[in-house]
Amino acid sequence: MSTATARKASKAKTPSQKLSTKDGKAASAPLTMTGAEMVVKALQDQGVEHIFGYPGGAVLPIYDALFQMGGVEHILVRHEQGAVHAAEGYARSSGKVGVVLVTSGPGATNAVTGLTDALLDSIPLVCFTGQVPTHLIGSDAFQECDTVGITRHCTKHNYLVKRIEDLPRIIHEAFYVAAHGRPGPVVIDIPKDVQFKAGTYIGPKDIEHRTYKPRMDGDSTRIEAAVELMSKAKKPVFYTGGGVINAGPEASAALRELVRATGFPITSTLMGLGAFPASDPQWLGMLGMHGTYEANLAMHDCDLMINIGARFDDRITGRIDAFSPGSKKIHVDIDPSSINKIVKADVGIVGDAGRVLAEMLRIWRAKKLKARPEVKDWWGEVKAWRKRNSLAFRNSDTIIKPQYAVQRLHELTRNRDTYITTEVGQHQMWAAQYLHFEKPNRWMTSGGLGTMGYGLPAAIGVQMAHPKALVIDVAGEASILMNMQEMSTAAQYRLPVKVFILNNEYMGMVRQWQELLHGGRYSNSYSAALPDFVKLAEAYHAKGIRCSDPGELDAKIQEMIDYPGPVIFDCVVAKEENCLPMIPSGKPHNEMILPDFAGDIGNVIDAKGRGLV
Amino acid sequence: MKSHYQDPAAAQSIERRTYAIIVDNEPGVLARIAGMFSGRGYNIESLTVTETEHDKHISRLTIITKGTAAVLDQIKAQLERLVPVHRVMDLSTSGPSIERELALIKVRGKGEHRMEALRLATAFGAKPVDATLESFVFEITGASEDVERFISLMTAIGLVEVSRTGVAAISRGAEGL
Repeated sequence: MSTATARKASKAKTPSQKLSTKDGKAASAPLTMTGAEMVVKALQDQGVEHIFGYPGGAVLPIYDALFQMGGVEHILVRHEQGAVHAAEGYARSSGKVGVVLVTSGPGATNAVTGLTDALLDSIPLVCFTGQVPTHLIGSDAFQECDTVGITRHCTKHNYLVKRIEDLPRIIHEAFYVAAHGRPGPVVIDIPKDVQFKAGTYIGPKDIEHRTYKPRMDGDSTRIEAAVELMSKAKKPVFYTGGGVINAGPEASAALRELVRATGFPITSTLMGLGAFPASDPQWLGMLGMHGTYEANLAMHDCDLMINIGARFDDRITGRIDAFSPGSKKIHVDIDPSSINKIVKADVGIVGDAGRVLAEMLRIWRAKKLKARPEVKDWWGEVKAWRKRNSLAFRNSDTIIKPQYAVQRLHELTRNRDTYITTEVGQHQMWAAQYLHFEKPNRWMTSGGLGTMGYGLPAAIGVQMAHPKALVIDVAGEASILMNMQEMSTAAQYRLPVKVFILNNEYMGMVRQWQELLHGGRYSNSYSAALPDFVKLAEAYHAKGIRCSDPGELDAKIQEMIDYPGPVIFDCVVAKEENCLPMIPSGKPHNEMILPDFAGDIGNVIDAKGRGLV
Repeated sequence: MKSHYQDPAAAQSIERRTYAIIVDNEPGVLARIAGMFSGRGYNIESLTVTETEHDKHISRLTIITKGTAAVLDQIKAQLERLVPVHRVMDLSTSGPSIERELALIKVRGKGEHRMEALRLATAFGAKPVDATLESFVFEITGASEDVERFISLMTAIGLVEVSRTGVAAISRGAEGL
C-alpha cells in the first residue's frame, strides 16, 4: 500500500503556524512541548484530519491538547471497538492511515477485536492507548493492563513509550510501519506521566524505521519468468485479493490493463472486490466458499494461477490437497511470509502489487506477447460454467428473498457515489455476490477475522472520509446489535449512514451450518426477543423503515436513499434461506452445492468436514 | 501435473535448524519472538540471547527449532517479518558452523564415586569449579551431544543438578553475519 499512503502522507498539508504550538512559537526553532502536545502535533504533521476515540483517565492530557490545539477532528464513538472499526472503514475507503485514541485498561482491551480485525485484513492503523504513570506500571493500578503484552499478537508492531525523548520518533515511526509493506495496526502505549513531561519535538521528515524496509519492487527475473508462464498458459486465471486494493488505485488501474491485455479471466477474493470492474466480461465473480461456480471451477481446472495480493485463505482454497491440482502458481505478495505459507508457489514474487503488475504489463507489451489460441477454448469452458447461473434463486412475490433485497439495493444505488460496509454472516456473502463493484475502496468488510459488529462503525468511518457519499451498512439483525450503540455517534456527527438489515431473526450463517452439520438442531441461533428496529432508529434520532412486502421494496429503498439523515431499514426477509452456492467444508472447488441442489443438504458434509470451521 | 500436496504431511521428514537472529534490543523483543513461536505452534528446542553490540543496542539470539522444510522456511519468514528483527541467518544450511553450549553440573558422591567423577570430567575436558568433600560442580563447554553424554555418565555417579546455557552458534570461516 505503502505507495499510495506514503504519497498521501507526504503531500498532506503542513500544519498552520497557529495550530502548531499553543503559544504560536515559530516552527523552525526546536519545539519544546509536553508529550500530549507532541501527539497532537505529530498527528497534524502526519496530515491526520480525523481520529476516532473515547476518553478516560489515562489519556486526559491528550484530550486536553486536542481541545487546546485543534487541527484534528475527534469523533467520539460509543465503544472502543467501534473506534477501531470506524478507523478501519476510514482507512480502507480513503487509503489513509486510520487513527484511534483510547484510554488504558478497558479502553485498550475493548480495542483488541478491532486491532485483530485490522491485522488480519491488513488495514493501516495507529492506535494510541493511555497507560498508568510509569511508576505505577506493574502494580495492578486502577485501569492498568499490560497493553503491549495483550496487543503484541494482534498488531503489526507496538510500543510502550517510557521516555519523552522517544515519543516523537516512535509516533512517526508508527505511521511508517503501519502504512509500509503489508499494512497493519500499530499501538503506541503512552503512560500518563510521559504525556505531561516536556521534551523536544521532532518532525516526521526523514524518520523511517532503522530495520523495517519492506521490498517494493519485485525481482525482475521472476517477473520475467511469470510473464513467460502467462504467455504459454492455455487455461490461465487471475486470482486477486486485498493486496491490490491496499496497493492503491494505481494498482487497480494496472490490473485492469494487464487483464485486458492478456484477455485472461479474473476472479477475486472477498477482500479484493472492486479492483476489477464487475461489469467487465472477463470478470468471473468472487471465488471461494460462497463464490460463483465459474470462478471456482476456473480455479480448479486452470493450468496457470496468477495470484496477485491474495493469501490462499482457507475460505478460498477449500480442501487444500485437492486445490487446483493441475496448475502452476504465480504468487505476488508484499509479505514474504505469505509465499509458500499455504500453497507452494512455482514463481513467488515479493513486492508491491501495483509495481509488479505495472512491470508485468510493461514486459507483456514490450515483448508483444499474446495469449495462446487455446485460451479461447478455455473461455468456452468458462462460459459454459457461467451458464449454470450459480447465483440464481427462487424469488417470491409474497415474501422478500434476501438475495432479491440485495439485488434491488444494487440496482437503486449503482449510479450513485456509493460505499458499502457489511457485518458478518449470510448477508455479507449475499452482499458480496449481488452488489457489483466497479471501483476499489468501495467495499469494506471484515474478511479475515469475521467480526460481527464491524459494519456500522466502519460505515461511520467511511462517511467521515466521504461526507457526500451514500454509505450503506448491509447488516444482519444479529450482527447489528453487536455495535448498535454507534447509531448514537452517527446522530451526534449528523452522519447519514444507512443500515440495511436483512432481518431473518436467525443468526443466519450459524443456522445454515446447523442445518448442514447438526441435523437442523438450531441451538441458540434464533433471537427470540429482537428490538423493534423502527422504534430503535427513532430512539437514536434516525429514521426507521420496515418493509416485508416485495412489492413495496423499491419504493422503500428509495425512501431510505433520499432521506438526508441516518436510517435503519428493517428488511423482513425469508427466514430459512441458505446462502448458496457453497463449497462445503472439506470439499474441493469442483464439489459445490448449487442453488438447484435437490438432495438432502444435511448429508453433504462428511465426518471429516464436520471438524473444520 | 501433480498437486503440490499429494504427499501427506506426515511423510515429510523433520529437520533441525539453528537460526542466528539479529534484533534491536528493545523492550519486549524476546516476548515478540517467543510469542511468534507459541502463537503459530512452532517449537523452540533451545534459545539463547544477549546484547552483543552495546552501543547500538543490538542483541543476537540463537534459536534451535525442528520442523518440516516448509515449516522451517515459514519460521524464517515469520521471524524476518517482525519489525525489530534485522536479519535471520540459517546456520544449518548456509555452510559449516560451530555450536557450543556451557553447562554447570553438580555431582554428589564419596570415595571411589567422587574420584570416578573427577576422572571422567578430565576425559571430557570439564573442569571442577567448586568442590567439597562430597561434591563437585563441573563446568563443561562443548557441542550439545558431548554435554548430554557427560550428564548421562554423571547421572550414574550421583547427579544432583544441571544448569545449561543453551546453544550459541557461529559460522566457520572469515565471513561475518
